[in-house]
Amino acid sequence: MASQLLRRAGKLINVSASATKNLASSLAPISQANRSFASAAEDTNPITIEIAVPYKAHKCEPPSLLATTTPQELVQFFKTMFLMRRMEIAADSLYKSKFIRGFCHLYDGQEAVCVGMEAALTKTDCIVTAYRDHCIHLGRGGTVKEIMSELMGRKDGCSLGKGGSMHMYKKENNFYGGNGIVGAQTPLGAGLAFAQKYSKVEGVTLAMYGDGAANQGQLFEAMNIAALWDLPVIFVCENNHYGMGTAEWRSAKSPEYYRRGDYVPGLKVDGMDALAVKQAVKYAKEYALTKGAFVLEMDTYRYHGHSMSDPGSTYRTRDEISGVRQERDPIERIRKLLLAKEIVTVADLKNMEKEAKKEVDDAVAQAKESPQPDPSELLSHIYVKGLGTEVFGPDRKEFTAVLP
Amino acid sequence: MESTALLQKVTAGMAFRGTPASLLSSSSASSHVARIKLGSRSVIRAVSRLSGLTVKATHLNAYGFGTMPHNSTALKTVNKAVAVKTETGSTATAQQGHELLLFEALREGLEEEMERDPTVCVIGEDVGHYGGSYKVTKGMAEKFGDLRLLDTPIAENSFTGMAIGAAMTGLRPIVEGMNMGFLLLAFNQIANNCGMLHYTSGGQFTIPIVIRGPGGVGKQLGAEHSQRLESYFQSVPGLQMVACSTPYNAKGLMKAAIRSENPVILFEHVLLYNLKERIPDEEYVLCLEEAELVRPGQDITILTYSRMRHHVLQAVKTLVSKGYDPEVIDIRSLKPFDLFAIGNSVKKTHKVLIVEECMRTGGIGASLRAAIMENFFDELDAPIGCLSSQDVPTPYAGPLEDLTVVQPPQIVFAVEQLCKH
Repeated sequence: MASQLLRRAGKLINVSASATKNLASSLAPISQANRSFASAAEDTNPITIEIAVPYKAHKCEPPSLLATTTPQELVQFFKTMFLMRRMEIAADSLYKSKFIRGFCHLYDGQEAVCVGMEAALTKTDCIVTAYRDHCIHLGRGGTVKEIMSELMGRKDGCSLGKGGSMHMYKKENNFYGGNGIVGAQTPLGAGLAFAQKYSKVEGVTLAMYGDGAANQGQLFEAMNIAALWDLPVIFVCENNHYGMGTAEWRSAKSPEYYRRGDYVPGLKVDGMDALAVKQAVKYAKEYALTKGAFVLEMDTYRYHGHSMSDPGSTYRTRDEISGVRQERDPIERIRKLLLAKEIVTVADLKNMEKEAKKEVDDAVAQAKESPQPDPSELLSHIYVKGLGTEVFGPDRKEFTAVLP
Repeated sequence: MESTALLQKVTAGMAFRGTPASLLSSSSASSHVARIKLGSRSVIRAVSRLSGLTVKATHLNAYGFGTMPHNSTALKTVNKAVAVKTETGSTATAQQGHELLLFEALREGLEEEMERDPTVCVIGEDVGHYGGSYKVTKGMAEKFGDLRLLDTPIAENSFTGMAIGAAMTGLRPIVEGMNMGFLLLAFNQIANNCGMLHYTSGGQFTIPIVIRGPGGVGKQLGAEHSQRLESYFQSVPGLQMVACSTPYNAKGLMKAAIRSENPVILFEHVLLYNLKERIPDEEYVLCLEEAELVRPGQDITILTYSRMRHHVLQAVKTLVSKGYDPEVIDIRSLKPFDLFAIGNSVKKTHKVLIVEECMRTGGIGASLRAAIMENFFDELDAPIGCLSSQDVPTPYAGPLEDLTVVQPPQIVFAVEQLCKH
């Protein structure tokens, strides 16, 4: 059993070791040697990076392995991912000091999926995900303060403190949560895409789920519906290889989740490489807008356990976790890229890290000061105010009933 | 014609030792009186946009069509919950209007709302090309197109979830469960997503969805197709539940449910689809939270809904001939209860009998009894009676099936017992 675990763990790390080698060999130094950070942040000259791990395609042609990006975008990737990482670690320590209660599912390790996705999307596109949603909320325009307040159940939280870790939403930026029941968000995603098609909105929906939810019947129902009616939905499977404590090879007969859509074309992506994710999502968005449903499998990893109540080491070895952290960490990858391309210096990166730490610490301090919700909030937002109907008889007199 | 044969079958099914078919085809006493309730607990401002007449609400109750000048002697006080069928000149629609069957009334309501608002769409199995398994959406796919009358594969969980996702963006879908019992497969979506999203998102999303379908005990349909789901959904916070029982209230409640910003479950009944009634030609929208006074009385309050209303009315004929004067209220709104109308009635009669079709354990009657006892205990002269279906899976055999559901002689007997107090 243990040897099996080690073998599988080795597979996870070996993939990435060769990837890093490829990455190093594909880098070319830029001519200007000592560019300052300030200019790098605004530099929008395109540069081409070769994606290390090739895509695996199912019923479609894989996208090109040459990704175009800009120094500005790479710097933004680094800053956002580092902020997400700090935020999740802050949530970890807040949970341990009992400021955050209940369930807290942390996203560290998977940041590249979120950041790469957002780089390829606009705010007209809809995202719906499961309970590992803190960073997706941040990517969709949320602030660290409102996330921290919501986690601690305070009034300034994004859901007024009434939702908690698993129920974060941002309507104006088309972020539909934040769902607690595994797999139940995939039909919601099909519905969002249906609404986009119905109202003729030029956008796609990303319905995100995990490898654990990939075995849910409602996912296949949603895929059938989406393919049948050519709904512009991209099903994104964040495969972190463990459904809570059960490894993927113990729960799925076929862990090739990008193929599970059968007639729906799919792509397997190295989810620890933000550029690969961006390239794939761009490709999938074009497909979804013109043809219909698509599946993306993001090969990613989570360092924490399933949630804060899960140590994360009973079903996998610490060596595996540290191995992935060394070889495939998404933030380190971007850091190496930035330094090798000489876009920023080590000192610049340290400054960025310091700023992110400060932002998170400030947000936590502000959130701690935020008050608890007023007791009247217990009964608000159950029904739409006024119970929402206007009523009239056949003689056309209109009445609006407002019950206390 | 096919519908007459069906009507006869329905009559036969509902009858217990013979019922005049006229019960089903004639309009019930006060079903199309527009109730303008202006009580101290509910403030209603009546504005007539068409005629330019403004009627200010006072604290008095009033019933009837037509213009309501506030110093008119036609106004009655709150305590006298009497339905007045005023035949005012301009709007005496009691003899006008058009006759139709309940499923046609539902369709009329649906069509009017779909014409009025392009974001309304119907999602369900066989609602489009087939026209609906109970013909509620017949002919609508040709008129509105396949996208607005969406034929789904047999996947209740996901198409209900899909409808909720669409509602989150602002569409107003109507989900049809071919039989209410099939919606048990979508229970997670209805309870967790539909009911709770307005709350857990801190008010960001509203889910203006309507979930409707036929439920209840039919004519030997078997246990799994004779489910009454009102008892399962009643404790989900955030949902509203209504049950229609006549063509008049079916159309009005359908329109109100579609216009409501809250998720509404509209319970129809398999055996009532062929009920015929004359309804007004003009447009009307009923209140989702209001109960309907079917027959005013003095001796006892009988609270009922859906198919049992008709069983109660049958029993009332016997009771009247025996000298009783029961007040019959069709509660219509299963969640929340219209405790205002119910309370007024209890204060008058001091005795309550609930007649319902759902199971005894954990049913609507159970909640209603608790609510009445908590709020109106001092008004009661007798324990609250409750007649519900037996706690058994509905058997297939005809006589056994009749035994699971409340029959009019049982209602008569219960009223007699309660009135002895």
